Amino acid sequence: MSVDLSQFIPSFLEESFEGLELMESSLLSLQAGDNETIHSIFRAAHSIKGGAGTFGFDVVTEFTHLVETLLDEMRDGRREVSPKDVEILLASVDCMRLLIEAARDDENYDKDKVAQTTMLLNEALSSGGEKSAGEKISQQSDNTEQSTGKSDTSTFSIHFVPEHNLAKTGNDPLFLFNALADLGQLTTVANTGELPALTDIDVQELYLSWDLTLITGATKDEVHEIFEWVEDDCLLEIKKIDKEPLVNPSDGEKETVSVNEIRAASNIENESNSQEIYPANDNSVVKKQATKTKAKAKVEVSSIRVGVDKVDNLINLVGELVITQSMLSELGSDFNMDKIERLTSGLEQLLQNTKELQESVMRIRMLPISFAFNRFPRLVHDLAIKTGKEIELVIKGEQTELDKTVMEQIGDPLVHLVRNAVDHGIEPAEIRLANGKSAKGTISLDAYHQGGNIVIEISDDGGGINRQKVFAKAVEKGIIEPNATLADNQIFDLLFEPGFSTADQVTDISGRGVGMDVVKRNIQSLGGRIQVESTPGQGSCFKVNLPLTLAILDGQLVKVGTETYIIPLISIVESLQVDKDLINRVSGDMTLYRLRDENVPILPVYQLFGLATEHTEIDNALLVVVEADGQKVGLMVDHLLAQQQVVIKSLKDNYQQVIGISGATILGDGSVAMILDTPGIIQMALAYAQNKQRDMASYKQFAIGEQC
Amino acid sequence: MDIQELVSDVPVQGEHSIEGIDFITSGKQYLTFLLNLEQYAVDILCVEEIRSWEIPTKIPNAPSYIKGVINMRGIIVPIVDLRLKFSIGEATYHETTVVIVLTYQAEDTGRTIGFVVDAVSDVLNVESKDIKNSPAFGGCMQPQYIEGLINVGKNVVTLLNVENLQYVEKHAI
Repeated sequence: MSVDLSQFIPSFLEESFEGLELMESSLLSLQAGDNETIHSIFRAAHSIKGGAGTFGFDVVTEFTHLVETLLDEMRDGRREVSPKDVEILLASVDCMRLLIEAARDDENYDKDKVAQTTMLLNEALSSGGEKSAGEKISQQSDNTEQSTGKSDTSTFSIHFVPEHNLAKTGNDPLFLFNALADLGQLTTVANTGELPALTDIDVQELYLSWDLTLITGATKDEVHEIFEWVEDDCLLEIKKIDKEPLVNPSDGEKETVSVNEIRAASNIENESNSQEIYPANDNSVVKKQATKTKAKAKVEVSSIRVGVDKVDNLINLVGELVITQSMLSELGSDFNMDKIERLTSGLEQLLQNTKELQESVMRIRMLPISFAFNRFPRLVHDLAIKTGKEIELVIKGEQTELDKTVMEQIGDPLVHLVRNAVDHGIEPAEIRLANGKSAKGTISLDAYHQGGNIVIEISDDGGGINRQKVFAKAVEKGIIEPNATLADNQIFDLLFEPGFSTADQVTDISGRGVGMDVVKRNIQSLGGRIQVESTPGQGSCFKVNLPLTLAILDGQLVKVGTETYIIPLISIVESLQVDKDLINRVSGDMTLYRLRDENVPILPVYQLFGLATEHTEIDNALLVVVEADGQKVGLMVDHLLAQQQVVIKSLKDNYQQVIGISGATILGDGSVAMILDTPGIIQMALAYAQNKQRDMASYKQFAIGEQC
Repeated sequence: MDIQELVSDVPVQGEHSIEGIDFITSGKQYLTFLLNLEQYAVDILCVEEIRSWEIPTKIPNAPSYIKGVINMRGIIVPIVDLRLKFSIGEATYHETTVVIVLTYQAEDTGRTIGFVVDAVSDVLNVESKDIKNSPAFGGCMQPQYIEGLINVGKNVVTLLNVENLQYVEKHAI
């Protein structure tokens, strides 16, 4: 049995990123003298260092060691927690993330940035810690120059008796000794007394124990720390001795072995056993490279951590389902009309079970939105420094759960909205004070459930959206006529026009006018909406409304010819029967329907999809008015059927994306029905209109693309 | 039965262990089917299942040879009519019209597509040396779909390339 370390790398990476997040959020809330927080930051850094060492990510280990040293000084109270140090640590967290990502993808990292941060760290280490100038350890990253020559060196005698199964836990004494040797001058004496006869040796067991002597400038804690990972699996005594230790090399069973010799020995052991018990340096390097290339070719596998309670609940529900099933099958084996009542109640129970099961399965994909919110404290902190504004971030409802896929895709739009709030929303402190507000601006993030949706609010108490400015800008860009009268929400909608920006100056945070349209498009592609509310002088609020999950949607079933289609309920404005007096034919062949004071173009679905149907007359037809991108259209269908929840299946798995169709689903009778994609249909109709001068064939060409 | 017995039971190359059924050969097995009067073959390991014809749900604005999609145990499977795709015979649907569902498993992705054929006929054992190259001219089938030709008695069977067939809608003319 060889221990294949590479299988643990993904979990190491996952844990490391979690650790980095923890470090980041703790650093942001770090106050001087808050030892608990420093401890937790230190622990996170320490785990990353340990893991990186085990998996051979040496750059990460080296760098993290520096960070850890700085943290250690803070932990021991030898260094005051200053804002400058926090900044350096935040930059270090960035570097660690960079390094770990580079290690994961086996790519090169930004060496300059790392070198710069390393320099900052070293500077901080040498300048800071005034309280302990004497105790300071030299921290050259290459660790070649040791502080052995210093007057305050001390000698430790370490008695190290590992348990026999130490190697199986993935630890290698050699690594420990290497780490000790880095601290100072190390003499190792191996005790081979417990070695059994050659025939009785279990190659995976460790029979040796060691007496080590270390002359170093490090403290006892630092020496002890090296053994932290194996502490539970060994007998360890570390004693500080004042005199030069007495090493007796000629002692019968003991022999002095240098670290290099142990290394050589374990290499031989490796070769002779052809097993990876002691991943000795040379072998592990080769192996590491092999597994790295393998991992790179593999598509990134994502995983979810699920609480045990959710799984237990699922098992309960499956149990109930099995009971219902056996009840029904017993009923079915000997059925007569007398038992019809039992059958109906059984079926009802089945319905109930299935619903609950569906909900529970969905809940497994749900994660608290704090996963998406976590990055904002840091973002706002950095942006606040950059813009010179004072900003407080308030996060509420971070336990609100959201589908993992939605969460992954909503991250970037949210970042954009928060950046905007910092840059455009919150005014500089002077203006705030002049307007009678506190100098510190507040941005709040809130998430809550509403119906089957989740609402995320990004609000600020800044100056609000300047309607005149937006209006003037829109006129300038030629989006609207100068004499148009627009309602508030129409003005706010202008913000989402491509290339629209009211910022007077383009900063590197925002103002280029790229983005809000992308934000809106991203949110719409998730089946969501975005609304803007703003009061001048009081602030603005962006409300993002998202479906809880992408796997299921509420749909209206409609019939066109022989085909059944599903229109997502979220996009439907209303359904109505056409009153022929309200139909207008304009500009050639366009059919408009007067819906109150709006003119809505009518799109016959049979025409768009090239279907045969008897219902080609517009008079008295059924219209489903849908809205996307602020454009309303009336889809002409033959019949309206039921409304139901449908499970979305991808067409892309076995076919390709179809324009106007967002996916397919399986109906109760086992047949497949297509789900209409409202924005896609509107685009189709636009292309159709543009091609109208030509003939139907060219339109079809567009719809089919390069297929024929 | 223990391992040793099993080992001795495995027939040597070409030997038929069970009468009438080719148990193990060094070559591969191919499923043959008819398109009009022409015989075609696909690697049998790619065959997911053989289904009877059912009317699929249309895909809007798809090429005519894509008949639509069906539900195969919860998987949405597109249906391609090979007779229309290769312009062989008439696309009529009667009792022997079947759908051969093929799955091609590439490294990280797999696609499942159903192909309408006139009838399924036989399973062939073919050594790789018996697969001949197809002449590069004639016929209205694009060369990337043809793996080679197999002589069976007096007849010639066209061996199709399942990998390229799976992306039939991508590389159309």
